[in-house]
Amino acid sequence: MTGRAAWPALPALILLFVFFLFPVVRMLGFSLEGGTLEWYAKALGEGLYLRVMWNTFEIALLVSLLCLLLGYPLGFLIATTTPGWATMGFIFVLLPLWTSVLVRTYAWMVLLGRNGVFNRLLMDAGITSDPIPMLHNFTGVLIGMVHVLLPYMVLPIYGAVRRVDPAVVAAAAGLGASNWRIFWRIYIPLTLNGIFAGCVLVFVLSLGFFITPALLGGGRVIMIAVLIEQQVREALNWPFAAALSAVLLVATFAVYALAQRFTQPEART
Amino acid sequence: MSNRGSADLLIEGVGKRFGEVMALNGVSLQVAQGELLTILGPSGSGKTTLLKVVAGFETPDGGTVTVGGEEITALPPAKRDIGMVFQNYALFPHLTVQGNVSFPLEMRNVARAEIDRRVAEAIAMVELKGYERRLPRQLSGGQQQRVALARAIVFNPRLLLLDEPFGALDRKLRETMQLEVRRLQRKLGLTTIFIAHDQEEALVLSDRIAVMNHGTIQQVATTTEIYERPANDFVADFVGESNIFHGTVSAPGTVALDNGRTLKVASSLPAGRKVGVLMRPERFSPGGANAFVGEVLEAVYLGTSFKLRLACEGGMELLIRQPAKGSLPGTGARIEVGIEPDAIHVF
Repeated sequence: MTGRAAWPALPALILLFVFFLFPVVRMLGFSLEGGTLEWYAKALGEGLYLRVMWNTFEIALLVSLLCLLLGYPLGFLIATTTPGWATMGFIFVLLPLWTSVLVRTYAWMVLLGRNGVFNRLLMDAGITSDPIPMLHNFTGVLIGMVHVLLPYMVLPIYGAVRRVDPAVVAAAAGLGASNWRIFWRIYIPLTLNGIFAGCVLVFVLSLGFFITPALLGGGRVIMIAVLIEQQVREALNWPFAAALSAVLLVATFAVYALAQRFTQPEART
Repeated sequence: MSNRGSADLLIEGVGKRFGEVMALNGVSLQVAQGELLTILGPSGSGKTTLLKVVAGFETPDGGTVTVGGEEITALPPAKRDIGMVFQNYALFPHLTVQGNVSFPLEMRNVARAEIDRRVAEAIAMVELKGYERRLPRQLSGGQQQRVALARAIVFNPRLLLLDEPFGALDRKLRETMQLEVRRLQRKLGLTTIFIAHDQEEALVLSDRIAVMNHGTIQQVATTTEIYERPANDFVADFVGESNIFHGTVSAPGTVALDNGRTLKVASSLPAGRKVGVLMRPERFSPGGANAFVGEVLEAVYLGTSFKLRLACEGGMELLIRQPAKGSLPGTGARIEVGIEPDAIHVF
């Protein structure tokens, strides 16, 4: 970028500096308080915190996978259906995105609780006699997070499927490919970028997720953001919270950088 | 290639309506084994719809399509064994040349060794040896077209469809590719349908031409027949340059034009018959049984010929071509030309 082209971006750059870069630097400063690396040693050295971090990665990975499994067919459908249905689909995908995460999470608490809507339905139907635990555990966190993050998977996949040239699909059919093979040999490779973008987006957002695991996990599913909040609010250990945040930040960047390397689909024979 | 009956592709009474628009109106057409037939027409004439019906991308409202004796009207595209070259080639962008050409064989579950052999053969046939590992975006337009062609013929299709494949190429390359396609098509004996809106291209390539307009076939005939003896105004006007007039046969061998002029013609249509008359610009020469005297309205130098627009008596305007000899006549000059009766087509 030349100097001249950068001028119009100045207000945004100032904004980013004041509200993003400065706080991040301050946070890093906190984590090194007293000039020691002791808080990092604690974050990376103690089994408990490593477990939480591992837990976080595991949940983020599972959420990404579930979002992909649900989001690909949905994005594909919206991208290939008639305009009328596509609009309907879009409304259903975007409506939750415009609703507060807090509201949606509370709604899931109503649905998933011991005496929640789902358990009542299941018991009335005689499928189970005792309520299935779906709230304040791993399942609840997964359901809630997948619901909140699904649009971030659907939108990039929708965009990628839309960019596939219909003539290429017609050509594949004309050359003898069944719908199944068109899907696997044409659509999937040509939408890899969208899949990657969606997965990275969901994964990275999952890593730092707070409200949903805090409320639906009920203190039993600890993700790193929940841990950081506890350190700030209950333990009042700001340096340690800052060190954990720094670790999360680095991990997020690492995931992002790794994903970038794989975004260009390789040539295949 | 097998020896099938003379009509390899048989289209019978095919109709297709899109809302208010009649895209195809009872189209019937026969293409012989090994023949290259061009469907020629302006955009919106229904030629692309007809091609899609043959390829299986559109289902006709009525009528049948038969290939090699088997009716395929309701067959999905994947089961038709028809090779097609799309307007913009529609190569698979994520696959190499090798991958693109292998694709139809892989879909047919051909053994790997056999695939490699046939793909190498097809790639050699379109003269792309050495480009196997390139991606489509690393190829020029002409090379991409060769890949599309190789991909369309590698599985020995029963039919080859070419949907205006030369449109994106520059003139020189287009001519080379036309000859190449023609050579390959002859060599393989492939029954081929070629869609074109460029009449010159159609004349160069085809065994026969079917001229379409408004969803119906106006005329199906050999290239010379279409050019020399068009069936109606539309064909006469669409293919080549033309002077078209209307009149009545006043006596056998004489046509009285509506503008008052009388022409001697070689036709033996009975007196009283309403007819159209076509005179091609290049058929005029100095002298000739039907003489015209006209004032030059416009004169264009075209290298090998002069193209002149003449205003003749009775408000009759003529477009003529003369060999480029001497100097280009100026506007306003008076010129005498004539045309022989057998050079006039009456329809």
